[in-house]
Amino acid sequence: MTNNTQPIIKDNYKFGFHMPEKPVFKTPKGLSPKVVEAISHFKNEPKWMTEFRLKALGFFYEKPLPTWGADLSGIDFDNMYYYISPTEKKFHTWDKVPTEIKTTYDRIGIPQAERKFLAGVGAQYDSEVVYHNLKKQWEKQGVIFVDTDTAVQKYPDLVRQYFGTIIPPHDNKFAALNSAVWSGGSFVYVPKGVHVEIPLQAYFRINAANMGQFERTLIIADEGSYVHYVEGCTAPIYTTDSLHSAVVEIIVKKGARVRYSTIQNWSSNVYNLVTKRMRVEEEGIGEWIDGNLGSKVTMKYPSVYLVGKGAKGEVLSLAFAGKDQHQDTGGKAIHLAPYTTSTITSKSVSTHGGRCSYRGMVRIANGAKGSKSFVRCDALLLDELSRSDTYPTNIVNEEDVTLGHEASVSKVGVDQLFYLMSRGLTEAQATSLVVNGFIEPIVKELPLEYAVELNRLIDLSMEGSVG
Amino acid sequence: MKNALIIEDLHVQTVEGKQILNGVSLTIKKGEIHAIMGPNGGGKSTLSAALMGHPGYVITKGKVIVNGVDITKFSPDQKARAGLFLGFQYPVEIAGVNFSSFLRMAMNERKKEGEKKISPIAFKNKLVDEAKTLSFRDDITKRALNEGFSGGEKKKAEILQLAMLKPEFAILDEPDSGLDVDALKYIANKINDLDYEFGLILITHYQRILKYIKPHFVHVLVKGKIVKSGNAKLAQLIEQSGYEKYI
Repeated sequence: MTNNTQPIIKDNYKFGFHMPEKPVFKTPKGLSPKVVEAISHFKNEPKWMTEFRLKALGFFYEKPLPTWGADLSGIDFDNMYYYISPTEKKFHTWDKVPTEIKTTYDRIGIPQAERKFLAGVGAQYDSEVVYHNLKKQWEKQGVIFVDTDTAVQKYPDLVRQYFGTIIPPHDNKFAALNSAVWSGGSFVYVPKGVHVEIPLQAYFRINAANMGQFERTLIIADEGSYVHYVEGCTAPIYTTDSLHSAVVEIIVKKGARVRYSTIQNWSSNVYNLVTKRMRVEEEGIGEWIDGNLGSKVTMKYPSVYLVGKGAKGEVLSLAFAGKDQHQDTGGKAIHLAPYTTSTITSKSVSTHGGRCSYRGMVRIANGAKGSKSFVRCDALLLDELSRSDTYPTNIVNEEDVTLGHEASVSKVGVDQLFYLMSRGLTEAQATSLVVNGFIEPIVKELPLEYAVELNRLIDLSMEGSVG
Repeated sequence: MKNALIIEDLHVQTVEGKQILNGVSLTIKKGEIHAIMGPNGGGKSTLSAALMGHPGYVITKGKVIVNGVDITKFSPDQKARAGLFLGFQYPVEIAGVNFSSFLRMAMNERKKEGEKKISPIAFKNKLVDEAKTLSFRDDITKRALNEGFSGGEKKKAEILQLAMLKPEFAILDEPDSGLDVDALKYIANKINDLDYEFGLILITHYQRILKYIKPHFVHVLVKGKIVKSGNAKLAQLIEQSGYEKYI
């Protein structure tokens, strides 16, 4: 890596209470082929990746903003940084991670799990993964768990074979943007038959104002393998709009199983626009658990493409929208082979005028006989100002299938609150019990620390909301 | 007055403005059991809901006093902490909320400042013991609050909460409705076996439960007023001749 790549801006600046940053390389505001080339050059990437990025930038320019879904008119693409690298070095042990970074993580309350499973944690500070270590036993098993930048350098053939194959750059405007300027994210390869018993964990966060974060994650689970990948986000409050636009591609090969769990709690000025997709082959199982709190706007519909006979897909989506927030979330299941099954479960909570929209699609292709799909979406409204909508789409081109859809909208009932309060609980406690009970079917699927953190976050938001 | 629940000339209407109670007065001392009987629509359930502070009802006149403290305007949770308990006729189901965690939370919330909280293990042991005496079949500690409970289990669960929370004054709104004889016995025995002194308002349609729980006083509530008060014999009289002569 060299430091004489243009342009270099060296400035130590402070944002509110945040730790001073020490970026070594930062592109100017806005997007251009030059910026994209500079990122690629700085990362010392192979030519094919530079070309991939530049091509993707072309798609980004071509594609219009989606006209459906949430309001994205507030995004100012020209007034944003697309790459900042905080440190040049990558750390292999926790001891060597700079104290100020540790302090920041302390403040945002990273779960103890990170300390517990230190050896398996990739923690991202700004755009760069600064800490990465791999448990010895996994190395022995041939498991690869590195940040995607490292993967491009160390495993170019493997990356090139799969990168952008599940979500091509022209898929949508934000997939194109991510493909052009991506940085960080995780690369996971699990060899045939290997079961990774401890969940792999990564923690991302936006740290600089106006700093877009474009991580790129690629997971390949080879035949008969198993892995659970866990990713969590929290971000403090900023004054200017930020953009988070990630791409997550997952390949579940024959008989393999991948579970991907996320809890995201972006600050309320972040546009969170993420494309997540899994390709599930014969008898494989792909599972998304996706929790969205915070952000200004979230648009995210984790997808399962069931391409092999008997493949299974599951999407559990959880959304929580407060004041001035719009969570446009859901899931997609595309059945392309016989006897495939999918379940989409969505739970949303809206309060203080927040809005949650369920948007989902189930498509069963001709020939996918004996396939089954079940969609369930439940919405909970905590006040009269809040809003919930449902936009389901079903496209079925095969006769021999089973398709179910159930939806419900409920309000926190006067009688439920009265019942709980009659036992001595305050209104805030009662409301938070009802809300936590409502989302419990999804929360119980999360690793314990995340479930605890989520319950705490909901308690906190209730405290502020009720008399 | 200490050790008493005093209801003084209580007038209650619904939030929509429909007048239901037209001046109910009762004094329940600790250790006393008062049965309130009456025809449908007489105001029995409104009395219990209004006493506990249900937001659908407005107390337009009168007072509710517990141990000398005027709690008329208290919120339901404040009333609970002042010593009141309501056993619901139709307990609501609350999905995903664990019965045991909820009850422990309620128990700790009712503790006075400085009072020691119950340890999770001690609580669990006590809950399991109490549930046994009410003949709960499944492990109560693993179940959600009233969710998937049978009609009888819901009623028993109300009494289980009463036994755990030990309020100073309890209002039980038709704890006997919809119960088979066995469940009725379990509930009645549990109430009789509670090992501390408390005041009880027992709202019921039928004399059946009064065979097991002997009231000190029986009141007949018709059209929002207590039209007749007496001892246990009054209940028998009503069983024979109905409410008609009080209407």
